[in-house]
Amino acid sequence: MDLAKKLGNLAVTAMMLGLAGKASAQMLINGAGATFPYPIYSKWFDEYAKVDDSVRFNYQSIGSGGGQKQILARTVDFGASDGPMSDENLAKASGKLLHIPTVAGAVAVTYNLPGDRKLKLDGLTIVDIFRGKITKWNDARIAGQNPGVELPDIDIVVVHRSDGSGTTYIFTDYLSAISRPWQEESGKGTAVSWPVGLGGKGNEGVAGQVKQTPGAIGYVELIYALQNKLSFADIKNTEGKYISPSLDSITAAIAAAKVPDDFRFSMVNASGDDAYPIAGTTWLLVYQTQKDPTKGKKIVEFLNWALTKGEEMAPSLDYAPLPKSLRERVLAQVKEITF
Amino acid sequence: MAETLTTTLGVTDDAQLAPPSKVGDRLFKSLAMVMGLSVGVLIVLVGFTLWRGASMSVHHFGLGFLTGSKWDPVQEVFGALPFIYGTLVSSLIALVIAVPLSIATAVFLTELAPPRVRQPIVSVIEMLSAVPSVIFGLWGIFVLIPWLRMHLFPWLQKLFGFLPLFQGPNYGVSMLAAGIVIAIMILPIITSISREILRSVPDLQREAAYGLGATRWEVTRIAVLSYAKRGLFGAVVLGLGRALGETMAVTMLIGNRPEISASLLAPGYTLASVIANEFSEATTDLYLSALFEIALVLFGVTILTNILAQLLIASTAGPKASRAIQ
Amino acid sequence: MNTSSRYHAWRKIKNLTMSGVSFACAIVVIAPLGLVLFYLIAAGAGAIDWHFLTQLPKPVGETGGGMANAIVGTLALLGLASLIGVPVGVLGGVYLSEYSGERMNWWIRFGADVLNGVPSIVWGIVAYTLVVVPLKGFSAYAGGAALGFMMIPLIIRTTEEVLLLVPNGYREAALALGIPRWRINLQIVMKTALRGIVTGVLLAGARIAGETAPLLFTAFGNRFWTHHLKDPIAALPLQIFTYAISPYDDWHRQAWAGALVLILMIFLINIGVRALTRGRFSGATR
Repeated sequence: MDLAKKLGNLAVTAMMLGLAGKASAQMLINGAGATFPYPIYSKWFDEYAKVDDSVRFNYQSIGSGGGQKQILARTVDFGASDGPMSDENLAKASGKLLHIPTVAGAVAVTYNLPGDRKLKLDGLTIVDIFRGKITKWNDARIAGQNPGVELPDIDIVVVHRSDGSGTTYIFTDYLSAISRPWQEESGKGTAVSWPVGLGGKGNEGVAGQVKQTPGAIGYVELIYALQNKLSFADIKNTEGKYISPSLDSITAAIAAAKVPDDFRFSMVNASGDDAYPIAGTTWLLVYQTQKDPTKGKKIVEFLNWALTKGEEMAPSLDYAPLPKSLRERVLAQVKEITF
Repeated sequence: MAETLTTTLGVTDDAQLAPPSKVGDRLFKSLAMVMGLSVGVLIVLVGFTLWRGASMSVHHFGLGFLTGSKWDPVQEVFGALPFIYGTLVSSLIALVIAVPLSIATAVFLTELAPPRVRQPIVSVIEMLSAVPSVIFGLWGIFVLIPWLRMHLFPWLQKLFGFLPLFQGPNYGVSMLAAGIVIAIMILPIITSISREILRSVPDLQREAAYGLGATRWEVTRIAVLSYAKRGLFGAVVLGLGRALGETMAVTMLIGNRPEISASLLAPGYTLASVIANEFSEATTDLYLSALFEIALVLFGVTILTNILAQLLIASTAGPKASRAIQ
Repeated sequence: MNTSSRYHAWRKIKNLTMSGVSFACAIVVIAPLGLVLFYLIAAGAGAIDWHFLTQLPKPVGETGGGMANAIVGTLALLGLASLIGVPVGVLGGVYLSEYSGERMNWWIRFGADVLNGVPSIVWGIVAYTLVVVPLKGFSAYAGGAALGFMMIPLIIRTTEEVLLLVPNGYREAALALGIPRWRINLQIVMKTALRGIVTGVLLAGARIAGETAPLLFTAFGNRFWTHHLKDPIAALPLQIFTYAISPYDDWHRQAWAGALVLILMIFLINIGVRALTRGRFSGATR
C-alpha cells in the first residue's frame, strides 16, 4: 500500500516540480518539420527564450514531410520544410498557408573514407553513384576527377533518407535538373524511390549512418557534416568549377535566385562562378490567418526577430542569411499575418 | 462464484441492521463488468480504428497491396510485400537462433539445475525481459553492428560466400543484425513459457521412464519433451508473435530499405518499422491510409499468431500455464 | 556383454554431453544481459552527473545539457497511464475473479492475452486517431492514453490471479455477517490481495516505462518543460532513440546515460516488487 502511494506521490511531486520549474504563465508553441535547418532553429529558439521569457518554441525535427503533414492537420502551430509544398497539398490546407523563407543552406555530399581526403565529383558521377551504376570507390570516373588521390577498392554504400525530407527534395531537385535518366527513374520529391542504398532517419540519421559505415556516401545539410567532422566533396558547378559548400558559395547561389511572390523557389544548379550547385532555402510554414490570437502574436514577433536578429546568427553555423532585398519582401509578407 | 447468498440479520432484537444494499451491489457489479468487458471493447476499437483508416488504401489497391513489391510515396504506389518479407525473415532468423537456446535452457532449469543455480538464472532471465527495446537498439548500433560488420559478417562471407544468403556488400545494418537482436529479446519469453510447460509434465511420466532405467537425458527426451511437444510449439509461436511486433530495435538495426533481397546481409524493412519511420510524415491521404493498412496487416498477423499460441499452450499445460506477465 | 557395456557407456556420454549442452545454452541465454549492462554502465555511468539529471537539452551541436525533462516526462506519462490502466484493470480483474462465470472468464482472459500481444506501435496509432486528431495536437494525454491502453490487459490478468488466491473462507464469513458483496470485494478481498495488486501495477508500469513506439506520434517530445498536459511532452525512451540515431558524439554519450537511468528505474521497480512478494511464494520446486 505504502509503496504504491509513495510512488504516486513521487510522480505527482516530480510533475509539480517540473511544472513549477518555470513560470507557469509560459506558453508553449509547437512546431515540427525539417531537420535541414534544425541546428539554426534550435539555436534561435534557445536565444529567443532569453528575449521573451513568456513563450517557448518546441521544435521537433521529424523531417520536411512530417512538417508539411502536421501543419496541414493543424496538430502543430507552425511547420518547417525545405521542399516547397506542392499546389495539390496547399489546396488541402484549411486556410492560406504561407511559405516564409528563413535561411539558405547547402546539401553536402558526404562520405566515409580513410584519411581526410577531399574528393571532386561532378553531378553526373553523383547521379550514377546513387543509381547504383558506380559501385566501387576506385571507379575510373571518380579517379579521373581526382588525380593523385588514392582511392580504396571498397564498395560504395549509398545512404539516403528513410523519411520525408526537404534535404532529399533539394538533392533530387539537383539530380533531376542535370540528369534525364534520374528524372525519369526517380524524379524529385521529399521521398523518392531510391534505386540503391540504406535509409537513415533525418539528417541526423544519415550523418550517423555515414559516420558508422566505412565506404558510405550520403547527402546531408552542411552543418551536419561539419559538426561531425565528416568529409564532403567539391561539386562541379555550371561554370565547370569545383566548388566546396560554404557560406560564401551558398550566398552566391541564392544571390542568383529568382524569387516569385509566394516565395517558393529552387536554387539548385545556380549560375555563377562561385555558386555551389546543391543549395536550397528552407521555409517556415505559417497560416496567414492565425486562429489563436495570443499564439499568433507571439509567432509574428518571433518571425520578425528571426528575420532580423536571427539572420545574424546564421553565418556562424554556415547557413547563408537571406539577401537584403529578399528579406524585406519576406518581412512585408509577415506583416500580412493576422491574428 | 456463489451468486445469491444474501442473509438477513437482526430480526428479533432491537438492533436494526439495514438490509444489505442492493443498489451498491448492483452498481459495483455493473462497474466491474464494464471494466471487464473493456477487453472486448478495446479489441473492437483497435480493429475498427485500423480498418477505417485503411479503407481508402484497401479499396484502391485491393489484394494487390499484399503482393505488390513497390513502395513509392512519390508515385503513390504502395505494396506491402517487402515489409511482409522483412518481418517474416527477421522473425524466422530470430526463432532459429532463440528456440534451441531457449528450450535447452528450459530443460536445464527444470530437469538438471540444482535450486541454488536455478534461482539466479531465472532472475537474470526475468531481468533480461525487462530491458526495453530501445536500449537493445542503442546497444545494437554501437556494439553489435560494428562487431558484426568487422568480424562475424566477413567470416560468414569467407566461409559461406557461395550461398546467395551471404552475398552482397557488408553494411552491418542488415536483416541478420535485426534477427539477432530480436532473438535476444524473445529468449526470455520462450524460456519462461517452455519452463512452465515442462513443469506441467506429470512426474509420473518421468518416474516411469526412470523406472525403465533411462538416463536423465533419455528421460527428458522420451518422457518430458515428447509429452510437452505441443506446448513447446506454443511457446515458440508465442515468441514468434512477440518477434513480429518488435519495432524500435529493429528500426535502428535493419537498414530501412523496402526491398526483397536473398541475402541476409542486405538491409530490409519490417511492417512495424515503416510505420514508425513514416507515419508522422505521410503527406497524402492515400499514403497515410496505406500505413494504416500495414498496421492492419500487422495487427491481424499478430492476433492470429497469439491465438494459435494460446491454444497450443492450453492444450498441453492447461489454462493456468499462460501467466499474466510473460 | 561387450556391446552392452559399450552401449551403456555411449548412453552415459550422451547424457553428460546433453547436460553440458543445456548448461552452455543457459549461459548463452544470460550472456546478452551481461553484455548490455556492461556497456550501459561503461558508457553511461560516466555521463550521469548532476547536470544531466537537472538540465534541459542544449541546442543541436552544443555539448552539455541533460535529460531532466525527459525523466520527469516519463514519470508524468506513467502517472497518466495509471489513471486509465489501474481503475479499468483492477476492477476488470475483480469482475473476472468475483463475478463472471466460467465461459465469460475464458473469453475475457483470452481477449486480454490477445491484447497483450498487440504490437505497441499499433496502440500509438489508436491513440493518435482517438486523442491527437480530435484535440488537434500532440500531448501528454495522447501518450498517456496509448500507454494506459497497454496497461489494461496486463493489470486485469495480474489482479485476477491474486484475487483468486484469497481464500474463499473470507468471502463466506463476510457474507454470513450480512456484508454486501460490493463491500466484501472492496474492503476484504481486495485489501487482502492489495500487495499482489500493487505488484501487478508496478510490473505493468515497469513494462510500459520503456516503451518508445507508442510515443512517437502521441507524446511527440519536448525540448523544454511541459507545463500543461495538453502539450507535447518529453520521455526517456523517446530521447534515447532520437539521440542514438544522431551523429553527435555528445548525444550518444547522453543516450547511454539516459538508457542507464531508464534501466535503473525499471530494475528498481522490479526489485521493489520482489521485496513485496518475498515470503509469499517460496521458490518453485522445479
